[in-house]
Amino acid sequence: MKIIPLSPQDLFIAALLVIALALLSIPMKLGLWRRILAAGLRTAIQLSLVGFVLKALFEHARLSWVVLAATAMLLVAGREVMRRQKRRFAGWRGYAVGTVSMFISSFSITVLALTVIIDIHPWYDPQYAIPLLGMLLGNTMSGIALGMDRLTQTAWDQRTLIEARLMLGHTWTEAIGAIRRESIRNGLIPIINSMSVVGIVSLPGMMTGQVLSGTLPVEAVKYQILIMFLIAAGTGFGTISAVWIGSRRLFDDRQRLRLNRLKAGK
Amino acid sequence: MDGLRIEELCFQGIGPLNLSVSPGECVGLYGPSGAGKTLFLRSIADLDPHEGRVFLDGTESAEMAGSEWRRRVGLLSAESGWWFDTVADHFHSPAPADLEALGFGPEVMGWSVSRLSTGERQRLAALRLLENRPNALLLDEPSANLDPENIDRVERFLHTYRTGRRIAVIWVSHDREQIKRVSARRFLLTRTGLLET
Repeated sequence: MKIIPLSPQDLFIAALLVIALALLSIPMKLGLWRRILAAGLRTAIQLSLVGFVLKALFEHARLSWVVLAATAMLLVAGREVMRRQKRRFAGWRGYAVGTVSMFISSFSITVLALTVIIDIHPWYDPQYAIPLLGMLLGNTMSGIALGMDRLTQTAWDQRTLIEARLMLGHTWTEAIGAIRRESIRNGLIPIINSMSVVGIVSLPGMMTGQVLSGTLPVEAVKYQILIMFLIAAGTGFGTISAVWIGSRRLFDDRQRLRLNRLKAGK
Repeated sequence: MDGLRIEELCFQGIGPLNLSVSPGECVGLYGPSGAGKTLFLRSIADLDPHEGRVFLDGTESAEMAGSEWRRRVGLLSAESGWWFDTVADHFHSPAPADLEALGFGPEVMGWSVSRLSTGERQRLAALRLLENRPNALLLDEPSANLDPENIDRVERFLHTYRTGRRIAVIWVSHDREQIKRVSARRFLLTRTGLLET
C-alpha cells in the first residue's frame, strides 16, 4: 500500500476553506483575517521549505548537519516561547530561560530515545532524529510558554501578597511557592489531558500519518505511545526547569522581589 | 551601638540619610506624600535595592540572609497582604490577651479573610508581624484606616511591645498629633534629607 500523492489542486481546495474562514471573520469584526491569512501563508511556505531541508538532510546524513538543523529548531522555539509571554524577563534572559530548559529536556530525551529505545544506527539518523526532536520541541515549547506566562503574570498581579510574605521574613521560595506550583501545573495540564483522551477522542497526527502511509496500525500505535511518553516527560521536565529558573530570577540575592526585571511583551 | 543605625542610605535619588534609633526609642517620621517615607522604610527592611548600610544591634543587614533580616526588622506596610483563605492560616498561635488588646475575640481566627474590613486587616497585620518577635519595627501608617478607639488600641499595643522588649521603632504617619503622642524625636523627610523638628 502506497500513499496517494496530493496535487496542488487538492491543497488549493483546503486553502479555500482557510480563506473562507478569514472572509467570515471580517464582518464578525474578529480582527483576525490578516493573521489567519498570514499564518496560513507561513504554514505553506515553512512546510515547503522544511520539505526541501529534510530531503537534503536525509541525503547527507552527517552529524554536523543534524546538529545544525536541531540548533536552528531550538532557537526558533526559544523565540516563540518568549513571544508568547505577556510579561517576560528583559534582556537576553527572556530568551535564555525557555531555550535552556528546552535544550535540557528535549535534547536529552531525544538522544535517549534514539540511542537506547529506538537504537538506530547511526543514532543521529535524521529520518528519526529530526521528527522526534520536532515533536518534543513543539510540545515542550507550549508547556514552557504556558508555565512561564502564568509565573510572570501571577507574580506581577500578586506582588502585594508576595511582598507581604517577604516582610514577614519568609524566604523567597516560601513567598513564590504556591505560584510556582500553579505555574507548573498550568504547563503540564494540557499534556496530561491529551494523554488521557488519546485514541478515544483524538487520533494524533503522527499516528494518523503513519497509518495513511501504509504502516500497520499496531506498529503506528507503539510509536505513538513512545512519543506520548517522551512528550509528557519532555514537557514536564522542561516546564519545571523553566519555571524554577524563572522564579529564582524574580528575586535577587537579598531575596527581594524584582519585578523590574520583567518587561511587558507585545 | 545597640538599636537601629542607618548610615548613608541612598535609594531612588533620595539620600544619603543617617539616623540612629536607640533601643526602646520611637522616632516619628512625617513628610509630604511622595517624599519617600515608604521607600525609606522598604530600604531599611532591605526590600528595595539601596546604597548605604543598616545595622541592628551592631549587626549589618548584609551579614545575614534577607529573609532573616526582615524577621528581625519588621516592616508593617500600610496595605496588608493575605494569601490564605482564613485568618488563622496566617498565624502561629496568637495569645488571647494580644487579640483582646487589639479589640478581637478568639473567634476572629475562624473568619475568612475576605470578610475582614480594611481596619480589621490593619490591626491583624500588626499582630501577625509581632508574632515574629522583631527587634526593630518600621511602621508605615499603622492606624491610617482606624477609628479613634482602635487607633488608641493599636498605639497602646505597639507601645507595650516596644517598651517591654526595648526595641527601636520608626513610626511613619501623616497625623502630626499622633507623631507627637507616640514619639520623643520627630523628623521631617524631604527629598533633600531628614530634618529633626
